[in-house]
Amino acid sequence: MAIYINKDSKVLVQGITGNQGRFHTNLMLEYGTNIVAGVTPGRAGEEVQGVPVFNTVSQAVERSGADTAVIFVPAPFARDAALEALEYLEQVVVITEGIPVQDTMELAAIAREKGRRLLGPNTAGVISPGRAKVGIMPGAVFTPGEVGVISRSGTLAYEISLALTEAGFGQSSLVGIGGDRVIGTSFVDVLQDFQADPETKAIVIIGEIGGQAEEEAAEYIKEMDKPVVGYIAGRTAPAGKRMGHAGAIISGGTGTAEGKIKALEEAGAQVARIPTSIPELIEEVLA
Amino acid sequence: MKIKPLRYYLTFNYLLGSILQGNQPWLLKLMVIPLMNFLKSLKYENSNNFNSSSKGGDSSMKLYEYQAKEIFQDYNIPVPGAEVAENPAEVQSVAEKLGSSVTLKAQVLVGGRGKAGGIKFADSPGEASQLAEELFALKIKGLPVEKLLVEEKLAIEKELYLGLTIDRSEKKPVLMVSSEGGVDIEEVAETSPDKIIKSHLSPEKKLELYQLREIISELPIPHRYLSKLAYIAGQLYRLFQEKDAQIAEINPLALTADGIMAADAKLVIDEDALFRQSEFSGPEEDLPYVELEGNVGCIVNGAGLAMSTMDTLLHCGGEPANFLDIGGGASAEVMAKALNKVSHHAGVESIFINILGGITRCDEVAKGILQTLDKVEVPVVVRLRGTNEKEGVKILQEEGLEVERSMTAATEKAISVAKE
Repeated sequence: MAIYINKDSKVLVQGITGNQGRFHTNLMLEYGTNIVAGVTPGRAGEEVQGVPVFNTVSQAVERSGADTAVIFVPAPFARDAALEALEYLEQVVVITEGIPVQDTMELAAIAREKGRRLLGPNTAGVISPGRAKVGIMPGAVFTPGEVGVISRSGTLAYEISLALTEAGFGQSSLVGIGGDRVIGTSFVDVLQDFQADPETKAIVIIGEIGGQAEEEAAEYIKEMDKPVVGYIAGRTAPAGKRMGHAGAIISGGTGTAEGKIKALEEAGAQVARIPTSIPELIEEVLA
Repeated sequence: MKIKPLRYYLTFNYLLGSILQGNQPWLLKLMVIPLMNFLKSLKYENSNNFNSSSKGGDSSMKLYEYQAKEIFQDYNIPVPGAEVAENPAEVQSVAEKLGSSVTLKAQVLVGGRGKAGGIKFADSPGEASQLAEELFALKIKGLPVEKLLVEEKLAIEKELYLGLTIDRSEKKPVLMVSSEGGVDIEEVAETSPDKIIKSHLSPEKKLELYQLREIISELPIPHRYLSKLAYIAGQLYRLFQEKDAQIAEINPLALTADGIMAADAKLVIDEDALFRQSEFSGPEEDLPYVELEGNVGCIVNGAGLAMSTMDTLLHCGGEPANFLDIGGGASAEVMAKALNKVSHHAGVESIFINILGGITRCDEVAKGILQTLDKVEVPVVVRLRGTNEKEGVKILQEEGLEVERSMTAATEKAISVAKE
C-alpha cells in the first residue's frame, strides 16, 4: 500500500533534459521508480537514461499512460508546466522553488476544481521506501516500514527518516508538502490519507514555526485513532529572524513553536524536543 | 519607471494562515494592519545582523507610498496631486506649483508614521519649507527621512478602508473593505470586526464588476459612490495580480467633495516574481544568514534542518554563533563562500557543517569546503549524508578531514572542539 506512489505508479518527469531533471531522473530510476516518460518542449525523440522524451504532456501521457508528474522546470515556466500536468495527470509533484504565490494560488484552485493532487511547490516530493520515489530525497536514508512521515521541510524530513531507519523503524511513505506559504496539499490532507492507509501504523508530523498549518493539523489529529508523533523546528529560533522559509518566523505571539507544540500535545500527539528523539516516541506509541 | 526601494522582509506572512476562520477579532486585527506587523519585523530585520533572501522563500519587497501611488496612477486609481521632494527648497517649489494647502508626508517604510510626527500640513509654501526642515531632521523608528511626498491637501469627508492580501489557508486572495478606514482601523478590527467585509476571491477566475458591487453595496455609504468604488476595487485587484503583490492596501480611501482618492497607498511585492516584474530592482541573491551570540558557526542546507540544528545544539549545551543556510542544490562555489562568511564572524570558535543532501550533492559541498578550508583558522566539523555521500566523503577523507555521520555526535563534537 503506502500512499500516493507505489511500484506501479507511472511517472512522467517535466524538465527531464535540464540539469536537475536529468540528475534526479537517474537517481529515481536507480531507486526503482517506474519512470515512463519525460517532457521538454522541443526535445521530442531524445532519451534520458532510456526514458523517451516528448514535446507535450498530452503526447507523453497518450504514449506512456503516466499518472504522476514531477516538475523540475525553472520557476518562470513552472506555472505553465503545472497547468499542463494538471490537465492530464492525477497527481503533480512540484519540486521547483521560488514560484510566485499568485501562480501557486491559481494552481491550487485549478487542482481543486479538477480533483487533482498538487504536492508542493518547493517540496522534496514523496517516497514509498522500497517501491518508488518521486522527488529529490536521498533514497538511502529510507527503509520500508509502518511509519508515515509528513514534513514541510525537505532536509529535516530526511534527518528524521534517517533517525527512524537507524532505530529500526521503517516508513510507509514520506510526503513533503513544501515550504511555501501557499501549497497544494496540506498536513490535514496527508494525515487523512495516512489514517486510511492500512500499512501505516503511526505518523510523524514535522512542522516548523510560522503559519497555522500545525494548529489545523492538531484539530484533525483529535479525530484520528492512529498515534501521531511530532517535531516543530525552530523552538530556539531567535524571534523575528527568518531562517529561510517564509513561514518560519516568530512574531507577535502567533506561529510560535510553543503554540504549535501545545496544540499538538492537546490533540494527543507526543512532541519531540529535538529531531533525533522521534524514534523513542515512535517506540513508545507502537509498544 | 525604475523603482529601487529598500528591501525589508515581512514577518506577517505567516499570520495570514488562520485568518478569517471563525470570528477571531485578534486575527482580523493582525490581518488588516499589516503595517503593524511590518513594523515589528523591522525592529529586527532592519538591523545589520540580518541579511537574508532565500531564493526559494517567500520574501517580499515593500514599496514607498510615492512609488505605490505612481503604480496606482497607471491603474487609474485616483491619487492626490503630488510630487516627491528631497530638501526644503524643493518642498517649497512643489507647494508653489500645487498652489494650495499641502500635506507633507515622510517617506519611510515603517508604520505609525502619523503618530511619530511624520505627517504635517502647511497652508503656504513658506510654511511648507519650514515644516520640511523639521521633517528632514526627524527619525522615524530609527529610520532617517530622505524624501517627502508633497501632496495637495484633501478635504476628507469620510475615510474608507480597501485592502487585498493572501489567505494562506484558503489559498486565495482576500478583499477587505470597510467604511471605518483611517488610523483607527486596528481598533475597528478589534472591537467591531463585523464592520470589515471580507471576501475571498477565486484566483483562477475573472472578477467581474457586478461581484464587487455586491460586496461593496453592503457598506453603509452613499449609493452614488458604489460604482466608482467597485471600479477602484477592481483596479486594485488587477494591480495586485499583475504586479505580483502580496498586499495592496488603501487606507484611508478618502471620500471628498470632488470624489474618491487614495490618500495613502501600500504595496508589497512578491520577490519570487521579480523575474517578470522588471520595473522593480531585484535583491542580490544573498544566502539566508543570521548572526547570534555563541561560539559555534553553523552551515546547514535547508531552513528546517537549520532550525533543528539550532534546537539540537542548544539542547546539547552549545551556543550557535551564526547560521547560514546554503539552501537546496548549492554549488561548490556557494559552499566555499558560505564557509568563508561564517568563519569571519567574531566569536566563532568552531564551525559545524551539517549537510543532509537531497537536491544538494555532497560531492559539491565537499569541493566547496576544500576551496576555503585552508583559510579557516578554527576547527571545522563536517557531517555529510545523502545524495552523492560516498563521493563527498571520499573527497574530504583524501585531504585528511574526518567526516561525521550522526547529527547528534557531530553536534557534540562541534561544541567540544570550540571549548578547546
